[in-house]
Amino acid sequence: MAATPWESELASELKAHFGERISGTSTYLGQNFIVAKPEAAVPILEYLKLESGFDYLVDLTAVDWPKRAERFDLIYIVYSFARNERVRIKTNIPDGFKPHSAVDVHRTANWLEREVFDMFGIEFAGHPDLRRILLPEEWQGYPLRKDYGILQQDDRWVQENLGIESGQ
Amino acid sequence: MPDATFLDSTELVLNMGPQHPSTHGVLRVILKLDGEKVLGTDCVIGYLHRGVEKIAENRTYAQFNPYVDRMDYVAAISNGLGYCLAVEKLLNVEAPERAQCVRVILTELNRIASHLLWLGTHALDIGAITPVFYCMREREEALKIFEKYCGARLTTHAFRIGGLIYETYDGFEKDINNFCDMFLPKVDEYAELLTGNRIWIGRLKGVGVLTADECKEYGVTGPVLRAAGVKWDLRKAQPYSGYQKYEFDIPTCETGDTYDRYLVRMEEMRQSVRIMRQAVASIPEGPIMGKVPKVIKPPIGEAYVSIEAPKGELGYYVVSDGSTQPYRLRVRPPSFVNLQALDRMVAGGLVADVVAIIGTIDIVLGEVDR
Repeated sequence: MAATPWESELASELKAHFGERISGTSTYLGQNFIVAKPEAAVPILEYLKLESGFDYLVDLTAVDWPKRAERFDLIYIVYSFARNERVRIKTNIPDGFKPHSAVDVHRTANWLEREVFDMFGIEFAGHPDLRRILLPEEWQGYPLRKDYGILQQDDRWVQENLGIESGQ
Repeated sequence: MPDATFLDSTELVLNMGPQHPSTHGVLRVILKLDGEKVLGTDCVIGYLHRGVEKIAENRTYAQFNPYVDRMDYVAAISNGLGYCLAVEKLLNVEAPERAQCVRVILTELNRIASHLLWLGTHALDIGAITPVFYCMREREEALKIFEKYCGARLTTHAFRIGGLIYETYDGFEKDINNFCDMFLPKVDEYAELLTGNRIWIGRLKGVGVLTADECKEYGVTGPVLRAAGVKWDLRKAQPYSGYQKYEFDIPTCETGDTYDRYLVRMEEMRQSVRIMRQAVASIPEGPIMGKVPKVIKPPIGEAYVSIEAPKGELGYYVVSDGSTQPYRLRVRPPSFVNLQALDRMVAGGLVADVVAIIGTIDIVLGEVDR
């Protein structure tokens, strides 16, 4: 079963408003998602929040596809209390691209973006406080990238701070 | 935190945690104070980070199942339910009705166990020593049922992808009914100790107010959101595992302060009993395991599935590349997202309130840090 096109009032409204910047609206397993250009993600979030009542940013995360030219998927999940509906917004960004922060639209994005930065090394432009959140601030490397091994660690950090040869 | 903090004589930076009994684990909060007044906070988290999401990418779907119990370890069954539902969604299978019903019973029992631990420790933080003993006493009964059912008390690994692995034991229904009969009067007992208690009210009323709009802005869910007056519960809004079959109410309050959150959780425990009673009276006959292949290989695709965990919306975003291991597994933890609102809730309050507010958000650091 593959994703099928998502036809609805909201989908056509978004397509009419954002035009080229939305490359597709699909549904898979009953879940709707929008594939959009990276620079359109935050405007879409804002539009959905103000015009359609999607006032709750559920989650913001990324997926690494190292073989692809546009290496990362950036995924925003929003929910509307009024419509009881969930929508995912997906953008593809190359390594080094700095997507705009969504903090101005949803405050939730603050920590979520920090986590994405921590785990994937994606920097968000305009984020008020972009620091590592789960790992120590001096840690080198981004663990959820596919080229980061499961047993890999920042040896120097471990030796300096924990006084042991290796954490493994 | 700005560097100028130490130069200003009216401001004081106080470090709280990570080893502090009222942070419920290893949470470090850096408080910026003006006398007794809190100006701002900075949460330092990650002490319990084990890289659960990375581990998931290196385990098969079935192998990863026990790991999810270690996130919110006081509500392991809810974690397991969310994970199983997410993988079942990707596989496009549904657990048999009997399994769904038993899942609901155990999940609700776990919700009670989780809320009891919250109530006991929260009261202890505020200075009421007694409730924690009572809460632990009743929680023990719930854990005994888990132990009888699957052999484990805390990290239960009770569910499997596609259903259940264990049939209910002889006398399971009786144990649940006995627990319900025993437990309802106990909730009233706690309420008698606390609800009208002047110290309790004095410490909680008007403390850490988070309005409905602020909750939405910060993505806060669960009892915190309901205490602010939003009647929203995923069990009702987007029912899963057969929750639509049971009658129960969503308790809400209005002001969204710490006292309201206490009232909401107390009522939730009563509602959980209601659900358990209905479910246990109607456990259908039939298989407990759905038609799931021995080797779990979901088709290429992705799904986001969320459930109402005791702490709020617990979501799993799973990406499958058609292999036996998840390509990417993201956990949307309620505690992590809710904790972000701490800064807003404590700003302008007193140092002593910080303890009350951390308790009332009901965080589990295993889930915050993953």
